[in-house]
Formats: sequence, structure tokens, C-alpha cells
Amino acid sequence: MSETTDGLAFGSLALALLGGALRVSTPFLFVSLGECITEKSGRINLGLEGTLVLGAMGGYGVSLLTGSPWLGVLAAGLCGVLMGLLHGGLCSLPKVNDIAVGIALMLFGTGLAFFLGKPLIQPQAPMLPSVELGAWSDNEQVRSALRINVLLPVGLALAGLLHWAFRASRWGLALRLVGDNAAAARALGYPVVPIRIGATAAGGFLAGVGGAFLSLYYPGSWNEGLSSGQGLMAVALVIFARWSPLRCALAALLFGAAGALGPALQSQGITAGYYLFNAAPYVLTLALMAASWTPGQTLAGAPGELSFTQR
Amino acid sequence: MAQTRFSAGRRDILRILGSGAAVSALPFGIGLAGAADKLVVGVIYVGPRDDFGYNQAQAQAVAALKKMPGVKVVEEEKVPETVAVQKTMEAMINQDKASLIFATSFGYFDPHVLKMAEKYPNVRFAHCGGLWTAGKHPKNVGSFFGYIDECQYLDGIAAASASKSKKLGFIAAKPIPQVLRNINAFLLGARSVDPKATVKVIFTGDWSLPVKEAEAANSLIDQGVDVLTCHVDSPKVIVETAERRGVYSCGYHASQAKLAPKGYLTGAEWDWQTPYTQIVKATLDGKPMVNFLRGGLKDGFVKPSPFGPAVSAEAKKKSEAVKAAMLKGDFPIFKGPLLDNTGKTVIAAGKVLGQQDPLLESMNYLVDGVIGQV
Repeated sequence: MSETTDGLAFGSLALALLGGALRVSTPFLFVSLGECITEKSGRINLGLEGTLVLGAMGGYGVSLLTGSPWLGVLAAGLCGVLMGLLHGGLCSLPKVNDIAVGIALMLFGTGLAFFLGKPLIQPQAPMLPSVELGAWSDNEQVRSALRINVLLPVGLALAGLLHWAFRASRWGLALRLVGDNAAAARALGYPVVPIRIGATAAGGFLAGVGGAFLSLYYPGSWNEGLSSGQGLMAVALVIFARWSPLRCALAALLFGAAGALGPALQSQGITAGYYLFNAAPYVLTLALMAASWTPGQTLAGAPGELSFTQR
Repeated sequence: MAQTRFSAGRRDILRILGSGAAVSALPFGIGLAGAADKLVVGVIYVGPRDDFGYNQAQAQAVAALKKMPGVKVVEEEKVPETVAVQKTMEAMINQDKASLIFATSFGYFDPHVLKMAEKYPNVRFAHCGGLWTAGKHPKNVGSFFGYIDECQYLDGIAAASASKSKKLGFIAAKPIPQVLRNINAFLLGARSVDPKATVKVIFTGDWSLPVKEAEAANSLIDQGVDVLTCHVDSPKVIVETAERRGVYSCGYHASQAKLAPKGYLTGAEWDWQTPYTQIVKATLDGKPMVNFLRGGLKDGFVKPSPFGPAVSAEAKKKSEAVKAAMLKGDFPIFKGPLLDNTGKTVIAAGKVLGQQDPLLESMNYLVDGVIGQV
């Protein structure tokens, strides 16, 4: 094989990974930003996998009924708000553990979505439109890699906005205070419980929108294997990103690229060891978790009120 | 108190743990053992019964069983190919008094079905896709399957006729013999039209991974592939992705023609009603277990989807001629000389493997022209 073809193959693999990252990362991005808001307020919502799946189902159903995929996205967000309110409300009761409630709501959300989603498997709902960022290129591969959905730039902008808000805005600082030291927040007159419930509902909204992306854009179909644990991985990703929205966005893109690695390599003719490459996102989750949980090191950036930082 | 509840509802708890399968399983009368005079048939699926694909094809045959007099059906969906399926089988046998079990996913066979068959010699186990061997496997186990590679060969003819780049793509779940046989038959059908046609294979690793399947479809199309087909449980995502990207597709398990009105060429579909009713009738009549049941186009176990608008008249004619030969039973797909894609001879010159040949059911190679690795 000559060097030029090697270079071409490498370029084409890089393009495939970029395309994969742009296509696959959006649900990770939305769920992790949602979880970031929730955790900043001092609560952990492990149930976002259920919210994601319920949002995917609700969004698909509403898009099918109304013919408008954007109404579907809104409905998915509202499903998420309801799940978030439920989680936030339950966790505000005395002696309720948010991690246990989260696991319960994960099973509840997926179960409810599967039950209500039975009639949605066969029909085709209207899909969200895509934006052709690669229209300038005459290379079909470049065009397809840069064919994105508008939710991706919205998510990236939101990451920037949250980054600013957590540092500089009044409500962002209030949220962080509630998450870091509830007693101090109470002393300053902030309503701790309503802020936490609101943060969980907002997080649920974003996770629901992430679900709508799955069912209404990519892969763009409703079935019961749709999420394959993306909601759970996104929760792990927040810890790896150390509660920074910008790092969440980077990590989401990284996870998207890792998910694209297996198919991309095989389509290039690199066929050995595909089980290993297919497992890349899961291996990455484990490796990053292990790396970011070095014993003896404090969790830099972790909100002080999170149940796992409390001893 | 808590203890009694646990042991009484072990199956319920398993169902709840099966990530929400509980809700969908409720209508099937948990704990209501069938009336003593009825044959209770247990059916186990690896995915949801309405997946627009593999499990749905099985469930359609089961729906026909439910109408048979003297038969009561209990079903469980989304049972993984692990020790979980043994627990499901034991629960069906002990609590529902099932005496015939259909285990419909490939990975259930060895060791799960074989183990249960030894433990419960009076229960019959019918497995879809396994290779039952006389003398080696228990007599109360049987395997049934269809020669769907015949339809895959016909798909290959339509695919290579429609393709401009002569690069075809195959998205597969796992490299098991049936999948490899389908890939190889698809390539041989394509090569009967154009000897230079190639098939690129992507293995996703599991039966239902929609995001990975869409990603595989996109990366194949980016590499110049212009016809896609697959062997996964729900081909919907792949067929839809192909249609959106403007390339052709061939369906699998059931007809996905509605999903791709422009690009759907044809497809390979199951019709499981024949083997299901045959096995249940043998059980009702007290005849011995049907240990090895196979059939192809001729026997009505499989059928091709009707041609889509993109199939040329010439391709139709060629496909119909091969189909007619298959229906007569004189069209062996695999014959020598045949090389695998590492250059090794897998079928020697002059040797012809008939469709019924068990050698084909332990296929572990991809033939020359397939780009991929087992």
C-alpha cells in the first residue's frame, strides 16, 4: 500500500469519527448538561436513563400525532419535567435517598415508555430536519459528516451559557450555594427545597430533549433497544467532567466518537478485534471513572451536598 | 412475611428486573397454571414481540398457535441469552406447567436448553436455529430453522443489478453460522450478476443496537456502498437510514417495503407457522419430538418480499428463474470450487453441498469477495 492511500484512509477514518461524534454525541450532551444542573443543586438523579427513554417515546408519539417534530421535542422535554418533578418531590421527603429514587425512576421511566410505546414501533413519525454544514464541499463523505441537527449547536451554546451562568449569574450562584452548603443557603434566605426541585425538573427537561433527538433524528426510530444505556453513561460523564458544562460538551463529543469507532474501522476494512472497538464507549466509561476516582484525592469540583460526598 | 412473598413471586420479580418488561408481561396470567387438559406451550423471545423483525416473525406464528384447540400459550419477552433463560424455562415448567417450550433465540441452545432438557426429560424443547445432533443431544430437544439463505441469494441478485458501485453492505449482529451463511449467500447471488461485486460486512456485536446500526449504515454509505442489507433483529433503522441517504436496501425477517418506498429492492422473510404447528401437533398427538426440522422456499418456511420499483425487468427475470429452480429443489447455493476471503479452499472443486447438508450449519468462514473478518 502506498503512502498516499494510507493518508487517504486515515483522513477518511478521521472524517468518519468526526461525523460519528457529531451524530451520536447530542443525547450524551443534553443528558449530561441536565445532570450537571441537578447535581450542582446537591442532588443526584440516576433516573435520567428512564427520562431519556420516556422522552424518546413521548417525542416520537407526539410527532406522529401532530405531524410536527418540534412539538415532539417540546413534549419530550415536558415528559422530562414531570419525571424531574417526581424525583425532586420524592427526594424532598424526609429520609429519602436520591440514588435509590433515581434507580426506581429509571425502571419506572423505561417500563412506562415500553408499555405506552408498543403502538409506536411500526409507524414512521416525521423527523427533525438536518442542517447541511458541509454544503461547500463536493466530497460526499465531508457533506455527510457535517450534516447535523440544530439541537447539537443548541446544546453546545447551552453548555457555554451554563458555564457562564454557574460563575456569574445570580441564579447560578444561588444554585451552587444550595448544592455546596444548604445551611448557608438557608441562612441567606434561599429556598433550598424549591431550588433543588426546580433544578431536577430543568435537568429532566434536557434529558427528555436528548431522548427526542434519539427517536426523531438519529437513529430516528422508536424501539425498545433505542438507548442502550446512553443515559447512564451520560451521568458517569458528568463526574468525569467534574461538573463543568464545557468539559461535559467535550466529553460528550469524545463518547460520540468512541461509539463510532467500531463501525468506522470495519467500514474501512480494518476488521480485526471489532468486539474490542465496539466496546470502546463502555471501556472509556470505566477507564475514565477509574482515572478520575484516584483514592486519597478529593473530588475537585464536586458539590458539597451530594449524598456521595457526605460522610 | 417478606420471605413468603419473595418465593411466591420469584418470576414476577425477575420480570420487573427485566427492565420494565413487567408491564408488558402482565396480560399473561402470572401464576395461573393452565387447565390440566390443555397443552401449555411456553415461548421465549430475546427481544420485544413487536420489533418489526425477528421476534415479530416468531410471534406471528405463536398467534396462530393460540387459535389451536387444546393449546394454551405463555410467553416471555426480552429474555437475555444468559442463565436468565434457564430461570424463565424453569418458571414456565414449574409454575405454568408448560410441557413444550419454544426457545427462539440462537444463544439459548447451548448450554441453556440442553441443560434444562436433561433436568426435565418429560418436557419438550423446540429451539430455533440450533444444530441438533443425534446421539449427542437429548431426544426431547428439537431444532427448527429455515433456509433463508435462499432468499438472501435472491436479494444478492437484485442488489448487484441495482448497484452502480458494485459495493454492497451487510450489517450483521454476531458472526454465528446462520449469519455467515446469509452473508455468503448474498455475495454469491450478487456475484452471479457481476463477478466483481463485493460485500462489506460490519458486525455490531448484538441483536439490537439501533445507534450502532445507524452508524454502521452511514459509514458504509460513506465508503461508496449503495445497497444495504442486514442480519439484526429490527432492520427498521437500517432500511430507513438507507432511504434517507438515497441508497437501496434489502429487508430481513419481515417486509420493510413501507419504510423505503423508493429504495426497497426486495427482502428475505420468515413464515414460521408451518414448523410451529407441526411441532405442536406432534406433541398433542403424543408422537415423538421432531428433532430436526428444516425447510426453505419450497416448504414455505421463507419467502422473498415483493420487488420494489427500483428493480429492473432484467433483474426480476433472473431472480424469478433462480427462484423457480429453488422451488424445484435443484439449486444448490454452495458448491466448489469455493474460496474463503483468506484464500483457503472451503469447498473443493466438484463438490456440491445441498441445502440440507449439516456442514453448512457450522459455517465459520466468509467467502472470497466479502470484506470482513469472523
